[in-house]
Amino acid sequence: MQRGMSIERFESIFSPERLLISPAHLSAYESDALTAFHSRPAAVVVPESADEVIATVRLCNELRLPFVARGSGTSLSGGSLPIAGGIVIALNRLNRILRLDPTDRIAVVEPGVVNTQVTVAAQPFGLHYAPDPSSQTICTIGGNVAFNSGGAHCLKYGMTSNHVLGLKAVLASGEVVEFGGESRESVGPDLTGLFVGSEGLFGVALEITLQLLPRAETFHTVLAGYRTLEEAGNAVSAVVASGLLPGAIEIMDALAIQAAEAAVHAGYPKGCEAVLIVELEGPREKVAAERIELDALLATSGAVEIRVAADSAERMKIWKGRKSAFSAVGRLSPDFIVQDGVVPRRRLGEALRRIGEMSRESGIRVANVFHAGDGNLPPLILYDGREAGALERAETLAGRILKMCVEMGGSLTGEHGIGVEKRDYMPEMFSAVELDLMKRIRSAFDPLGIANPGKMFPCADAPALSQHGLHPLEKAGLISRE
Amino acid sequence: MIPAPANIEELAEIIRSSEKVLAVGARTKPALSTTDSSVQLVSTRNLTGIVEYDPAEFTFTAKAGTPLREIVRILEERGQYLPFDPPLVESGATIGGTVAAGLSGPGRFRYGGIRDFILAVEFLDGNGGRFRGGAKVVKNAAGFDLPKFFTGSCGRVGVLTEVTFKVFPRPPATRSFRIPCATPAEAVELIATVARSRREFDAIDYQSESGEVFSRMRGPADALDALAADLRHEFPRAESIGDAIWDDITELRFATGSEWLEKRPLTLGTMAGFVGECARAEIKCHVSGGGSFVWMHGGNLTHARHPLTSGTGCIIRNCARQPTTAYSGSVFDSRLRDAFDPARRFRGV
Ligand SMILES: Cc1cc2nc3c(=O)[nH]c(=O)nc-3n(C[C@H](O)[C@H](O)[C@H](O)COP(=O)(O)OP(=O)(O)OC[C@H]3O[C@@H](n4cnc5c(N)ncnc54)[C@H](O)[C@@H]3O)c2cc1C
Repeated sequence: MQRGMSIERFESIFSPERLLISPAHLSAYESDALTAFHSRPAAVVVPESADEVIATVRLCNELRLPFVARGSGTSLSGGSLPIAGGIVIALNRLNRILRLDPTDRIAVVEPGVVNTQVTVAAQPFGLHYAPDPSSQTICTIGGNVAFNSGGAHCLKYGMTSNHVLGLKAVLASGEVVEFGGESRESVGPDLTGLFVGSEGLFGVALEITLQLLPRAETFHTVLAGYRTLEEAGNAVSAVVASGLLPGAIEIMDALAIQAAEAAVHAGYPKGCEAVLIVELEGPREKVAAERIELDALLATSGAVEIRVAADSAERMKIWKGRKSAFSAVGRLSPDFIVQDGVVPRRRLGEALRRIGEMSRESGIRVANVFHAGDGNLPPLILYDGREAGALERAETLAGRILKMCVEMGGSLTGEHGIGVEKRDYMPEMFSAVELDLMKRIRSAFDPLGIANPGKMFPCADAPALSQHGLHPLEKAGLISRE
Repeated sequence: MIPAPANIEELAEIIRSSEKVLAVGARTKPALSTTDSSVQLVSTRNLTGIVEYDPAEFTFTAKAGTPLREIVRILEERGQYLPFDPPLVESGATIGGTVAAGLSGPGRFRYGGIRDFILAVEFLDGNGGRFRGGAKVVKNAAGFDLPKFFTGSCGRVGVLTEVTFKVFPRPPATRSFRIPCATPAEAVELIATVARSRREFDAIDYQSESGEVFSRMRGPADALDALAADLRHEFPRAESIGDAIWDDITELRFATGSEWLEKRPLTLGTMAGFVGECARAEIKCHVSGGGSFVWMHGGNLTHARHPLTSGTGCIIRNCARQPTTAYSGSVFDSRLRDAFDPARRFRGV
């Protein structure tokens, strides 16, 4: 069938202003936050109801036309990169919170609802939505579901999948399914759990039921500066061994501290090679008891300086430095690659040492800002794309780091997903038969292979790679990343 | 005699040589492995042992047939635990059977259930092929989440051989309370209030027969005593009780003597109506996980022509009704079976 002909068929679903086909309109959708890749779709459709999404997917199925669901396009791994000549289903207008039930502590939302909006709606009831990716003021719940997104509190509260109780979706086959429900428990294989993290390869989530948690009453946030990264790492081990379960444990290295200081003047201790942030949370009586233990432990951890946030303003300042570190580091360099491999926590020190060695060997700067509590390292690999061969060298280094993570018994990605970016590394982590099984599972949801093809699995035809850098919204200072 | 292979190769051989097959653990949930004689049962009881455990990592890996009792004991030695209170520990349940049945206890209220703590699985598919899913680290987003898919799968898509879990440090002290409620509706209101409160309860259960709400807090002893005083101030009828009640609940002792025992997902919003309906059918309810599921027992729904029979539950005692899901026998189910079990040796979702 002629491409032009098939696009006309979408006119029966969408009025012209919601069926975008002009190059000017399409160019806005050519990339996600992995700006290195771009690809032009045949059309972008802008549904305003679940029925329109269902009709779109069914038509794509009939026409065997590939499609990509898109939330806010903040994917860091090329997850929402369009398929050349395919359809982009832009879900931002499906942004209603359909129901919020404070008794059952759940919210039922459409996929285009922005992450923080859920917490904003839940706040009056003393509740919040726990997963807090740094992009939370802009990324959508649909995107979070597809990528099983994380945040700073994953060790204690888990990732997106731990907070999704049920969902309604249209599978790529055109079938409309409902997995899970409003209860926190279910019976039978956990299809909700399987759908979350499927990177848009199964179909489009239309309605998502989220669990809400009570907000912690108080916080105790401590910032400790160390002469070496290793000392900071040892302090983390001591915290973990103590039996405390902090809500967050984060480390920033010298380059990251320097960048954060320059960007937001967080007032971090001077001359430190590493900064550790530990946060306890809970009822005031519990936090009061646990902080005695934490403070004593950190006092003997060799820290050069220890600061305790005295009030919520100081706490916000500590976190602001931490949350801005990423984009601040990005500003130190014209281009960068961001990764988020995971290593077993006991090997964090070793991993950082090896990343340091690789960085020196290759002459490429690497900044580290990481979730020390769960072994999730997002190293930032800095380079200048105008320099001949710089990108290739940076990519090689990125690849070596990923392989190291898998070798150490970890994972290729803690929260950013595989997407296009890391698909060729999947064989490092999974055997050929395991990948084959995953492809067969994908076929159960998407027999024709039209939902977000070319992602997650190794694939021959790669879109052109040119440069890495800040997301346009980061450049505008609207969002920052971890 | 149910064959109990000593290694994965033998297990794979049994799968390949059977027309229909179902794995069993210690059979503490007999209804889930009651089948007709065409199904070859195979036991994981000889696939035991903790394969990896580094307390600093907050993870352990165990073979599927490892008794929970052993796991709980070894974690306890290192001051750690599985916060979701896996049921039937003393009764001899295995970790693999608990995952397959998808069962959690009262502690699922605070940090989530068994699905929220499982990190990785190794399993055999319908051709006896060996696969891994997930990763043995506390955070991972690579590939499809097969560990979750296997949770609650009741042996219908594959045979689990190894599982990896996240664990937490065990809080130093526990305080338990009993709060009597006159009606189920009053209990719902109480649970809703307590669940949202600043106090961070880690379990809230309700027994319909006695009308009691049981709750539990964990943390440093001094803090708990202060929180307990505060609780009694708000709810003067709250009474401190011993912690042994939780062992009774996780061993499902409230259902001792009941021939039939079934777990159903529940919400607080529907709890009062559901419990009332059950009472009229002479069915007893133990609501757990802060109202997120209910253990029904006592009466015998399986023989009753009752509207409650249309719900989806997981019956662990009394074999008359196998759990079904909305997708059992669907085209989608058939495609999933093409992926995991082209020879159709397992029952499918
Ligand atoms: C500055 C910055 C900071 C970030 N920080 C974090 C962080 O801390 N933690 C973290 O985990 N990630 C982080 N990310 C990555 C990104 O924000 C997340 O992956 C997010 O979940 C993507 O949401 P989105 O709405 O932008 O989705 P998109 O990028 O539009 O889409 C992402 C994927 O989801 C699929 N998808 C979207 N909607 C649906 C749907 N309804 N049904 C099925 N599939 C769908 C798409 O096809 C695509 O594959 C960050 C990104 C940026 C730019």
